[in-house]
Amino acid sequence: MFYLIQLLNAVQYGLLLFLLSSGLTLIFGIMGVINLAHGSFYMVGAYLTYWLSKMTGSLWFAIPIGTAIAFAIGLLLETTIIRRLYRRDHLYQVLLTFGLILVFEELRSIFFGDEVHGVAVPEVLNFSIPLTETLSYPVYRLFITAVCLAIAALLYFVIHKTRAGMMIRAGNSNPEMASALGVNIPLLFAAVFAVGIALAAFAGAIAAPVTSVAPGMGNQVLIVCLVVVVIGGIGSINGAMIASLLIGLADTLGKILAPEYSGVAVYLLMAAILLWRPQGLGNKS
Amino acid sequence: MKVTRRKFLAQASLLSAGTLLPKFALGQAQKIRVGLMLPYTGTFAQLGTAITNGFKLAVNERGGKLGGRELEYFTVDDESEPSKAPENTNKLVQRDKVDVLVGTVHSGVVMGMIKIAKETNTLMIVPNAGLDAATGALCATNIFRTSFSNWQPSYPMGKIMADRGIRNVISLAWKYGAGEEAVAGFTEGFIKAGGKSVRGLWIPFPNTEFQALLTEIAALKPDAVFVFFAGGGAAKFIKDYAAAGLRKTIPLYSSGFLTDGILDAVGNDAEGLETTLHYADGLNSKKDKEFRAAYAKAHKSEPDVYAVQGYDAGLLLATGLDAVKGDLTKRKEIIAAMEKAKIDSPRGAWTMSKAHNPIQDIYLRKVVGKENRLVSIAHKALADPARGCKL
Amino acid sequence: MTHLSLPTWLLLGVALLLALLPLGATTFYLQLGAKIMIMAIFALSLDLLIGHSGLVSFGHAAYFGVAAYALALITPKYEAANFWLTLPAAVAAAALAALVIGFLVVRTAGIYFIMVTLAFAQMLYAIFHDTKLGGGSDGIYINVRPELTVAGFKVLNLESPAQFFYLALIALITVYWILNRLLHAPFGRALAGIRVNEQRMRSMGFPVFSYKLGAFTLAGGLAGLAGYLAACQFGFVNPEILAWHQSGTVLMMVILGGMGRLHGAVIGAAAYVLLQELFSSSALFGGYSKHWQLSMGTLIVIIVLAFPHGIGGLIDVAWRRRGYHGGEEDSPQSAQRSQRSDAEDSESDDLTAKDAKNPK
Repeated sequence: MFYLIQLLNAVQYGLLLFLLSSGLTLIFGIMGVINLAHGSFYMVGAYLTYWLSKMTGSLWFAIPIGTAIAFAIGLLLETTIIRRLYRRDHLYQVLLTFGLILVFEELRSIFFGDEVHGVAVPEVLNFSIPLTETLSYPVYRLFITAVCLAIAALLYFVIHKTRAGMMIRAGNSNPEMASALGVNIPLLFAAVFAVGIALAAFAGAIAAPVTSVAPGMGNQVLIVCLVVVVIGGIGSINGAMIASLLIGLADTLGKILAPEYSGVAVYLLMAAILLWRPQGLGNKS
Repeated sequence: MKVTRRKFLAQASLLSAGTLLPKFALGQAQKIRVGLMLPYTGTFAQLGTAITNGFKLAVNERGGKLGGRELEYFTVDDESEPSKAPENTNKLVQRDKVDVLVGTVHSGVVMGMIKIAKETNTLMIVPNAGLDAATGALCATNIFRTSFSNWQPSYPMGKIMADRGIRNVISLAWKYGAGEEAVAGFTEGFIKAGGKSVRGLWIPFPNTEFQALLTEIAALKPDAVFVFFAGGGAAKFIKDYAAAGLRKTIPLYSSGFLTDGILDAVGNDAEGLETTLHYADGLNSKKDKEFRAAYAKAHKSEPDVYAVQGYDAGLLLATGLDAVKGDLTKRKEIIAAMEKAKIDSPRGAWTMSKAHNPIQDIYLRKVVGKENRLVSIAHKALADPARGCKL
Repeated sequence: MTHLSLPTWLLLGVALLLALLPLGATTFYLQLGAKIMIMAIFALSLDLLIGHSGLVSFGHAAYFGVAAYALALITPKYEAANFWLTLPAAVAAAALAALVIGFLVVRTAGIYFIMVTLAFAQMLYAIFHDTKLGGGSDGIYINVRPELTVAGFKVLNLESPAQFFYLALIALITVYWILNRLLHAPFGRALAGIRVNEQRMRSMGFPVFSYKLGAFTLAGGLAGLAGYLAACQFGFVNPEILAWHQSGTVLMMVILGGMGRLHGAVIGAAAYVLLQELFSSSALFGGYSKHWQLSMGTLIVIIVLAFPHGIGGLIDVAWRRRGYHGGEEDSPQSAQRSQRSDAEDSESDDLTAKDAKNPK
């Protein structure tokens, strides 16, 4: 029974990781940009949700408005700064977005202060389902899991079944060709970047009630997101899904079986997979 | 060591007409130079601010003077970044030539500070960082602490739990210095008072994905759980523990860091949690009431335990300097006065142990609404064992 | 070379200035100077990888940290260790770590290389942070600094800031000299060739993998030298010196100074340390100095967007405008460099395009 629950934990954590890293792998894969500031938008999403839910009194308003604001920030950032990075070495992308982390962290400190905040779970979902006599599972977590699955399905559908997805795939594999065929590449890239940012912010927003809204929260998730993207294969949504679940599993098992070394478990997994398949799980060699 | 410091001070005064020294080195030699090395950015920024506010409140209550001399502050943001700790300390000690160092929050950073403070024989007051070694193996005549050792607030919880008939406990903490020392302190107190076993679960710092470990706890069904978390991680843990339904079946205990400064963030989930710490709400002493009113007036915010520790650092320094009327050359007398100090703190009066750590009351508190309300004194005048200290 | 090139002039000037500094400066500025030189060695070692071999390592702090920990773990608790034993041991430990990790990561390219170097560094960080191997999260002291003796005489007293300053200066000049020689030797030219067109070098029969691994190991060893000196300087080692922030910082130093130029790495290290001092100075920025990271972050963004060749690039441009060509144009490296400054953008294009194709 408890093994099943641990499996549920692993899957649930894995899906949250997927939501967090899907935007990153999208931006990575399509524009070839490493966005280290991705974690900062997770933080931005959480802080906006805290602030908006306090203002409006409702999480259901806060999440979409917060995500929309993040989308707008993403558009602004793409058109002013990120756009200039597409033709540049990854090195500069790493560096510039490293600088952005510092900027966002300090802006957070200036606008929202340094306190730890919490966001209340909405009343309708604020109960738990008993699993054993001692343990129950919070419904809001199951709700997050469901939302993650829905987003994953939506992403898959958009990329593989719609005209926009076709343009994205075309822009991904050959921007010049796509542009010659009448695809507005700058607009497409701006949109994709903003969507990626919005996904990170959305992850922060929806996770806000079960996590704590605190300084530095973005940096904590950044590295593990990068690991997901690399294991899954850059740009591969399917790969990111598999990688997220694998990491969820490795992390869960590590904590139970070898607590001393559970910090290392995730990186070991990454090293092993990259030696076996250097291009990641989701990409063909 | 002493010789090199004097030598360089002489050198410095020769050079002070030059360009390298800041302009205030001239003409204001009367002021006492206090170096505040605290986190002003990052995860612990709020603690750094509270400590600074508390310290300055203590000084301002004395008209901005200690031992009859005005104070001049030099601040350095330590970023809670241990790898920069020695050089940041040097900015204060070597560049700004401070007479006293005050800092800091992060234990790793304090390690770096102590290293420099010992080498340069600079008077230092630690207003938070609890690593046991600071007043244990690393203790020194010039190093004082006004907060706690990690062992201290956890140890009394062991007896409280054992006295309630709890025999088998699971401990859960971040796998880092403070977490390990807190669990060790608790375990010592628990076993000594008749507890049977403590099984340790760990999570990498600052990971906050607790579900797997909560499931493990539910499977093992201990009599109770003892944890060490603080700040954002603590808020998340309290919420997760409650949401997993464990609050109803397995009692949760902790040192007070779990519930300090985060009660607004956790809503009702913390209600009824019992913790031990060297400060509490509702102490109702005259001193505490005055302090809280003055702090709220001066800084437009409610004081917390960190503000108290900063305030006490100010009081301790005042005691030392008053004894010599601000004459810093009388180092021995200053230290002697600080060692003998009886600090009339908002947390209740406390004295210095031989190792320079507070001998203080540890309170049992219970979360009621947004307060950590006093229940009883868990351990009267508790002194850290100061293992490895030869003072 | 009969006439001196710009970098050599700069280096000579700076070295002279530095050699005189201990006569007048206070302890703080001596330590700051030594710190800058240590970071310069660290940046030089990284520049060998990113500027000269095209290997963008985002986990270089790992080797810096391994050597620092090696010194801390070798040194007895209450006695001084022998400099001549601990230095090679620490550098070898760092080089060995780089060799092992390099063996695994050098096969990857582009984004993957960046990420995998980062992951391995984080793994080492987690080991030092989570286990008791090296004192855990609080770090570990080196109570007594190593003793530098020659034939029984104490040549340099490392406890003295001035003498430590000289040691760092000697180390910096040595590393600079070695790298300068190396990059002009066949090894360096082969690396340059690999950086520009790996495919061609491979078809010409160069053992590309071995060259890259060699560069990675050497860079790891030199980073180890920097880490050893850093551990010596303050006698305190902490897991954070292996963390990714440290890797990011040294990357920033290389770019700030202008990558692909040895003197650039030195300038970058100095500029970075001094800029941070500047931004966090409350004398200049008042209450805003609390938010110095905002200034630093903004500066990084501006540098990347507007001055991709860093300060070194600006100096080069100014120097050329004044008509001093010096001996620079003779050296193949500089010819190639000026070519690069013109063609850098199209070249990075190639890189991105290559990476983008790689995974698909």
